[in-house]
Amino acid sequence: MSERYTYAVARIRALEVSLFSNAVIDQLIACPGYEQCLQFLAEKGWGDADTSEDGEKMLKREEEKIWQTVGELSIDRKKFDVLSCQKLFHNLKAAVKVVCTKETPKDVFYDDVSIPGEEMLEIIREKEFGRLPENMRQAAQQAYEALLHAGDGQLCDILIDRAALDAIYKAGMEAEDEIIREYARSVVAVADIKIAVRAQKTAKPIEFMKQAMAECDSLSVDQLSRAALAGPEAIRDYLLGTEYAGGAQALAESMSAFERWCDNRIIETISPQKYKAFTIGPVVAYVLARQNEIKTVRIILSGKRSELPDAAIRERVREMYV
Amino acid sequence: MSIWENLGLVYALLGAAAAVFLAGAGSALGVGIAGQAAAGVVTEDPSKFAKVLVLQLLPGTQGIYGLLVGFLTLSKIGLLGGGAAQLDPQTGLLVLAACLPVGIVGLISGKSQGETAAASIGIVAKKPEQFGKAMLFPAMVETYAILSLLISILAVTAIQV
Repeated sequence: MSERYTYAVARIRALEVSLFSNAVIDQLIACPGYEQCLQFLAEKGWGDADTSEDGEKMLKREEEKIWQTVGELSIDRKKFDVLSCQKLFHNLKAAVKVVCTKETPKDVFYDDVSIPGEEMLEIIREKEFGRLPENMRQAAQQAYEALLHAGDGQLCDILIDRAALDAIYKAGMEAEDEIIREYARSVVAVADIKIAVRAQKTAKPIEFMKQAMAECDSLSVDQLSRAALAGPEAIRDYLLGTEYAGGAQALAESMSAFERWCDNRIIETISPQKYKAFTIGPVVAYVLARQNEIKTVRIILSGKRSELPDAAIRERVREMYV
Repeated sequence: MSIWENLGLVYALLGAAAAVFLAGAGSALGVGIAGQAAAGVVTEDPSKFAKVLVLQLLPGTQGIYGLLVGFLTLSKIGLLGGGAAQLDPQTGLLVLAACLPVGIVGLISGKSQGETAAASIGIVAKKPEQFGKAMLFPAMVETYAILSLLISILAVTAIQV
């Protein structure tokens, strides 16, 4: 047992009180309109004085607050690298697209990662792939060439997404902390299942699926892609025999239930951290819980802006950590 | 005065030192661990200061028990009165052995109680109304420190000097 995280975990426990519970999310859904939702969030301390009118700014500010809190806990930021992998590869994808299509970027990059937008753009523009981390180089070069020479945007996306999944899995498996290993395993498995489901719906060949799916010890890419070729029932049958049986039930229900299950599965993975007192687990869980909370609020705000009925919004809402 | 002529007194003093040092170290570790947790909670919610302070102080008792046995031992061997008793090595070793329970159990229980108090501070952070229940978990560890204190006191007072 390590006492290194005693302060951090106690502080996180105090912060968990202000995380949104399912009851608070219900209150938010019950708000009559978008403006009332923003007012409700502002009353709960979301955003700051100059973001109360704009939902996206408010959510961006909340995302910043997460990393501000983590920064104050004096924990090595490298421990959280696996959580920022997706953002880093998103920056790579956005930079490749901006450079190849010569579009002017506007708010397409994340700046709270090791290679922020401007630097990533410069690397891709100058083709200095050697400046990228080793696990990004090959994918960056191949994606760049696929988009520039063949104009194949889908191949570009697949190459980068696959590299991101491989990077998450490798970083997770190399991590000392169990929660990070579990998180990486869940993220990759859920991504593979999503790929299989979408590929089945769009009738993609097995080669496409194998190129897009990342290897993971809790799922067989080969069996999953074969099941996807056979049809939706085959995917469900295969999942029922794995630890992702909940995904099969969600798929049988609806696509939005399945999308919700994908996020809920991550929350399920981190739930045991509510009872740990001395590991980094509760801190990682808090970061993921906050991100899930922000994602859920974004779904509700979009629903309210589009004037969707409450029932339709509720169907898309994720489980909360607390 | 040669140390070999006063070996009994040296052993007895070592016993008093072990009781104070080991039990005090256990308390220092325990209060330190619980203090880190308490600081974490107070950073976010200063209104819980009083409750977490009580929990932080719980592992501090082992040090007091060690001090008590240390005083008893010093009094027993006459060092507090100004005239040290003449102890043979055998009696000195008996006093040393009598001091060990509170020292060793104080060290282990102090640290363990600190860890339990830190975990209980997590309960208070989320559910302050459960303060009473949260207090009970680290208080359970105290039982064993009290048992060792009892044995050390009984043993030190029973030794004929």
